[in-house]
Amino acid sequence: MNWNFWLIQTFNGISYGALLFLVGSGLSLIFGVMRIVNLSHGSYFLLGGYVALSVIWTTGSWLLAIPVAAIAIGAVGLVMERVFLRPLGFDPLRQVLLTVGFAFLFQQAALDLWSGNNFDINPPDVLSQSIAVGGVYLPLYRVFMIATAAAIGIALWLAMEKTRMGAAVRATVDDAEMARGVGIDTSRISMLIFALGAFLAALGGVIGGAFLGIYPGLDFEMLPLAFAVVIIGGMGSLGGAAIGALAVGLADNFGKALILAIKPTGLFGRE
Amino acid sequence: MTSTLTRRLGLLLGGGIALGLNATAGAEELRIGYVAPTTGIFAQVGKDMVDGFQMYLDEVKNDFGGAQVKFIVEDEQAKPDTAVTKAKKLILQDKVHMLVGGLLASSGYALAPVSTAEKVLYVVPVSAADDLTQRDLAKYPYLIRTGWSSSQPSHPFGQWACEQGYKKIAAIGADYAFGYEVVGGFQRAFEACGGQIVQKIWPPLGTKDFGPYIPTIRADADAIFSLMVGPMSLQFPKQLAASGNKKPVIGGGTSYDEFVLPSMGDEVIGHVSTLQYSAALQNPKNEAFVKAYRAKYGKVPSYYSETNYTSAQMIHQVMKQNNGKFPGAEAFIKQLAAAKYDTLRGPVTIDEMRNPVQNIYIKKVEKKKMFGYDKDELWNTVIKTYPNVNQFGQFKKEEFLATPVYNRDYPPCKFCN
Amino acid sequence: MITSMSSHPFKILLVVVALAAIAVITPGTNSFVILLVTRALAFSILVMSVDILLGYTGLASLGQAAYLAVGAYATAILATRYHIGLGWDFWLVLLFGAALGAALAAIFGFLAIRATGVYFLMITLALGQCVWGLAYRWNSLTGGDNGINLRDRPKFGIDLANEVTFFYVVFGVFVVSLLAMYTLVRSPFGRSLAGIRERELRMKILGYNTWLHKYIAFIIAGAFGGLSGVLWAHTAGIVSPVNVELPTSVDALLMVVLGGSGTLVGGVIGSFIVFGLREYLSTLVPWWQYVLGVVYVATILYLPTGLMGIPERLRQWRARTGNRGEARKLASATP
Repeated sequence: MNWNFWLIQTFNGISYGALLFLVGSGLSLIFGVMRIVNLSHGSYFLLGGYVALSVIWTTGSWLLAIPVAAIAIGAVGLVMERVFLRPLGFDPLRQVLLTVGFAFLFQQAALDLWSGNNFDINPPDVLSQSIAVGGVYLPLYRVFMIATAAAIGIALWLAMEKTRMGAAVRATVDDAEMARGVGIDTSRISMLIFALGAFLAALGGVIGGAFLGIYPGLDFEMLPLAFAVVIIGGMGSLGGAAIGALAVGLADNFGKALILAIKPTGLFGRE
Repeated sequence: MTSTLTRRLGLLLGGGIALGLNATAGAEELRIGYVAPTTGIFAQVGKDMVDGFQMYLDEVKNDFGGAQVKFIVEDEQAKPDTAVTKAKKLILQDKVHMLVGGLLASSGYALAPVSTAEKVLYVVPVSAADDLTQRDLAKYPYLIRTGWSSSQPSHPFGQWACEQGYKKIAAIGADYAFGYEVVGGFQRAFEACGGQIVQKIWPPLGTKDFGPYIPTIRADADAIFSLMVGPMSLQFPKQLAASGNKKPVIGGGTSYDEFVLPSMGDEVIGHVSTLQYSAALQNPKNEAFVKAYRAKYGKVPSYYSETNYTSAQMIHQVMKQNNGKFPGAEAFIKQLAAAKYDTLRGPVTIDEMRNPVQNIYIKKVEKKKMFGYDKDELWNTVIKTYPNVNQFGQFKKEEFLATPVYNRDYPPCKFCN
Repeated sequence: MITSMSSHPFKILLVVVALAAIAVITPGTNSFVILLVTRALAFSILVMSVDILLGYTGLASLGQAAYLAVGAYATAILATRYHIGLGWDFWLVLLFGAALGAALAAIFGFLAIRATGVYFLMITLALGQCVWGLAYRWNSLTGGDNGINLRDRPKFGIDLANEVTFFYVVFGVFVVSLLAMYTLVRSPFGRSLAGIRERELRMKILGYNTWLHKYIAFIIAGAFGGLSGVLWAHTAGIVSPVNVELPTSVDALLMVVLGGSGTLVGGVIGSFIVFGLREYLSTLVPWWQYVLGVVYVATILYLPTGLMGIPERLRQWRARTGNRGEARKLASATP
């Protein structure tokens, strides 16, 4: 295993982590602000991909699909929070179960609306190429994923640190009661954060769709990964989500590569 | 106790039906119980399965040699225990004459014992687990396969690979039983004619990021053999191409089957795979089938649809022989196994272990227009046909059965590093 | 939340009558219904164990299916590889399954009990996923995604292959489990659990080792989960990773919430409803998934105390309107 090999693996791990950051940051924010374990987060990821597909099928524009899908699912998140989650008040268990109930409903609806065929999102040709850098081939799409996640991450960080709204969000994450005491409208913040979380997840779905495919079952496959990001990175922290995502992405990649390198027959195989 | 009495009555009734002694049938009704996942993540495959069977039924207007077919579909939700429950419902409540279907190997393995316990015919169009008609055959006297066994296409394919001049091949396949069987069959055949499998990589089922695996593919391999299913089939060729791969890529049938082919891009043009069916088969029966299927269901049929269509045809043929009267499970199996079929995948017979003997097609992905459709699409063009291939291929049955079933470590990778 | 299955004799009578009805009516129906009822009963043991954790101890776990899986896989492996458990030793396997479930819970509980609330939820979710991953990957032991097939049901004088006989056996084990759990929640230990659920801090101040109490409750739930798994393996005759996937754990939790947590029988009612919808309704209509989803959502939104809580809510509602009526009368009476 030479330098090239580890370089490629690192790059792959980072690009996978970029995708996980999109999915996990939303979940982390939702948990930090609302203390809700959103088990329908994977559904937003998948629905984002499906909506993007529909946009691409009707308009042929991949570029348009990205914001349309993200905003559409963000709106779904908004409605979910206002109509279903808010009336439950602060009851973590029932909120979790509600999100699960909706996850099942979303899954069935997606099947009925888009059929169960395995789809692929095809980005423009320019992104499907690879650039050769010193003997290794770096797929441009992975570079794109990293760039997008970084851009979103910076935008979010700026919003959190430099705007009043961001300050209000951070206050709510730290101590919701105190925030309310100071006059912050925490319920409005909750609504916006939930919508933002759904927005980010859907964005992840569109971008990830070209990388993972769009198919039934993807929602529940992404869920444990998103949770791993949040648990490792700490809940409610953007920086934590970034670190968590990177950690999970790299570990996933290196873990498998290492297992292959050390024990080619795999963890449970026999010689 | 009433339970014993009910049980005796049930056995009597069941036995009566099985032996065809129930002469008061009138306008004979043939009740076919179909088990497929119609909800859940495999719902689309289940739908394709049902559609294929239904299409044949519609063509003959549900008339199988004089018997009216009652087609009852139950949802197994891709869960083996649900498959068992639904099968029992079909047998015990709906009193079906035969069970058909099951998608995954686990469903096949779940339904087979039910057929034995209830003495009901079980026709298997899709589940390809090798041992169902090999080492476990004796356990399932009421089971008969009309589809294929996982390693069946791989045996001639290994031969073909030698003929292409490949000496060393790296294999990468989904890490589960089906993957082991397809790759294993290929390895056995390829190494028997002088080839070497120099690497076996097993990404877990459901892997989408092949980043950890692709760079490990040995540089000295002449070609890559892949066995992918579902979403893996879509992503692997893309990521392989993006990594700068220049080696020829060949693979198992599900890697390029028409279920996934429409969503694939130009990166798979030239890839070669093998199966007992291709939608691009140039014969009049298949052409009519593909056109009709597309007109009705809006897509090119995959082998999931074809195998069910063909199974329906085979059942029909046997019923015709019996003038529409169901002759009982044992007699039906004998007749089904004895007949010759002219199907849209070619000529089919059944071997003495109740698995089909059929053409195996080597097919290459090409972009073209076919069957009067006015757009260019990806098709699996047939480039070679191996006729009369049974589940043991070019190997002797006794020797084959003496070795273990293909698994992760069998055949052992003698040439790996 | 209903705080206790009160010793109100009426309620107990209702339960006894319902149980008797099940025992008598079911064998008269067709084999499919008998099988469904048997499955619902076997799963109900797991569901009741989830209620012990949720309704009585206040711990919401998203990984209880792991214990069912452990019991089920053990049964399958013993039966197919070592031919154990198909005769009188079936009862031994039953106990062994429970012991395995308890052992696993002892290990997992060590990791999980220190957490509370949502964190507990996440950890149990993760642990459940680990077991699922093992079931999936450890091909040589578990058969991977093919699962393990149990060819026959046990025979010991009576043949459990007969659906009615098997039903009676499962019913018997179910009733014993129900009685055992009922005794547990009414015991001093059970009362302390309820106290921990209500106000853990107060219990700590009073000198209770709350961690130990929760840990023991977790182990007991694991034991019943394993027990349920042994029965479950025999109902369908096949064990596969599907038995331990996340939706299975979620199912159990939802059934408890649907029926009403803290009631034990609430979960059983929930289990029957869900099985009825999923395995019976699905044979009738294709849109049963929506019905199930709507039932869940509606229950969570409008029936926080579940179906068992309906009588209480009706009473409260009537009392409220009654009071309002009284107050209005008083108000209008004053000049």
